Amino acid sequence: MTIESREHSGNGNGRGRHEPGSFAWPDGDLTRMPDWVYTSDEIYRREVERIFEGPTWNYVALEAEIPNPGDFVRSSVAETQVIVTRGTDGGIHVVQNRCSHRGAEFCRTPRGHAKTLVCPYHQWTYDLTGKLIGVPFRRGLKGQGGYPQDFKPENHGLPALNVTTRGGAIFASFAKDMPSIEDYLGTEMLEVYDTVFSGRKLRIHGYYRNSIPGNWKLYHENLKDPYHATLLHVYLVTFGLMRAGANASMMVDPSGRHGAMGATRGSAPVSADAAKQMGRAFIDSLKLSDERILDFVPEFREPWTVTMQTFWPNLIIQRELNTLGVRQIVPRGPHAFDLYWTMFGYEDDDDEMTRHRLRQANLMGPAGFLGIEDSEAIEYVQDGLRRTRDGVAVTELGGREEGTAKHLITEAAIRSMYRHWREVIGV
Amino acid sequence: MNARPQRSASPVQLRELRFEIEEFNAEYANTLDEFDLDRWVEFFTEDAFYRITARENFDHNLPLGLVYCEGRGMLKDRALAILKTTTFAPRYLRHFLGPARILDVKDDGAIEARANYMVVQTELERPSQILQSGQYIDRFVRAGGALRLRERHCVYDSLIIPNALVFPV
Repeated sequence: MTIESREHSGNGNGRGRHEPGSFAWPDGDLTRMPDWVYTSDEIYRREVERIFEGPTWNYVALEAEIPNPGDFVRSSVAETQVIVTRGTDGGIHVVQNRCSHRGAEFCRTPRGHAKTLVCPYHQWTYDLTGKLIGVPFRRGLKGQGGYPQDFKPENHGLPALNVTTRGGAIFASFAKDMPSIEDYLGTEMLEVYDTVFSGRKLRIHGYYRNSIPGNWKLYHENLKDPYHATLLHVYLVTFGLMRAGANASMMVDPSGRHGAMGATRGSAPVSADAAKQMGRAFIDSLKLSDERILDFVPEFREPWTVTMQTFWPNLIIQRELNTLGVRQIVPRGPHAFDLYWTMFGYEDDDDEMTRHRLRQANLMGPAGFLGIEDSEAIEYVQDGLRRTRDGVAVTELGGREEGTAKHLITEAAIRSMYRHWREVIGV
Repeated sequence: MNARPQRSASPVQLRELRFEIEEFNAEYANTLDEFDLDRWVEFFTEDAFYRITARENFDHNLPLGLVYCEGRGMLKDRALAILKTTTFAPRYLRHFLGPARILDVKDDGAIEARANYMVVQTELERPSQILQSGQYIDRFVRAGGALRLRERHCVYDSLIIPNALVFPV
């Protein structure tokens, strides 16, 4: 990695440093956002413990990545490395990638196929469910050494996480007593989720990975903030994929933590007044040479041409026209996070549909016409927060309302998320 | 993959061809260092295929591209999008290219070649960093006597991209 110089260096970097217990919220309730939400090491510690390792479902992989018994992929829940396996009985297991013997993060390949999981250091061997099944020289050699009689391998398996799946995606939780994924998401969010993950078999197209020098919550906010889409993303506005005034909804689940932005692209000509409001975001004179990238092949029942679902705490489900993908958030301290993108189509797509999705993928990802700008904007924000002292941001668009809004000019979904977050973090 | 080209070219011709490709690549790299994306498009044929992808995709035959352009129209549109619509912080880029290796010269004159590349990015107030380390996997053809890229796959080893990849490589 070459970005160390630009990201977190622990305690010293956020100038607005706060000791535990000193997190006083500024006046204005959720219309004001203090910097320490994004810069404090103590807040980050609580987030890992209470959110990622707490009662949440964390996305870890797609079933299409491990179709056969013995298939595995490396993944993570917050910064904890896990291995996602397909067991011999076809069941899915998520175990920590940490040998019970000396703690080695022993699985080093991103994906593969194996009968057993073996730590190379001392060849402790686990089955695909994480059970310890082999300890070399357990009884010593020629009566010497080895483990004592009361050493019990069954107490030294790889810690396993709670697992659930729906429609082809796999989720894991450190918590034992978790609600079903259906109850966790709620009816309205489930409907958006099921549109992409309908059970139609997925075909993986490939991966992107990038490291964004900003707080992980800024990524949720970016997708709960339809305001920016109509102003920052000149491409989106100029070529009509999303404009202020479009038929749209910024949906929020009853708990406030999940969200989904849905919008329908307009075909109406842009009025002079609307063009003026959009300012620099709308450039009337630009024309594409190859407009196939804007084609939309209707394939779902819901009305939106774009949906971006924020699935708390670590997943974004992307559908922009016909480009589909999931983005897994891996937090790396308060000042950075990694994004693992898995782009896919469906197994029954013909070649032209696959190529259409691949062409349209130019919109998204770390080099996407929209993706570049979101990454850059988040970096700008984190730089602003970390280099000044005790700042407060303004999240007052749409007044003080929270919950679902039927338009794009609001930050209500951000406020809803922080209503939930403040309760969990205790600030 | 590492077979030496046998047909249709003598060792001397191959050496000249290699020199020609390296001149081409040097111009290509300089064009990108200068952010001249309109000229960048001209290095390709009308029906060119251009893709930037992570090695984890390439090695597993996964078709995704970070940038995925079928035809010169899409290359032009990428140039237009980056130069005219995209917001990003100012930066300098410097492309460092290794020697070209010719893998094969086809009967129809198409040339399969490879070259290692490295792109160093420098942003304001930040030390220079390696943006990508990878390999061009190319197919050249001749159009009106001049070499043009019919295919360029930029396959990068450095899987995690620091924030965003703004310009083509």
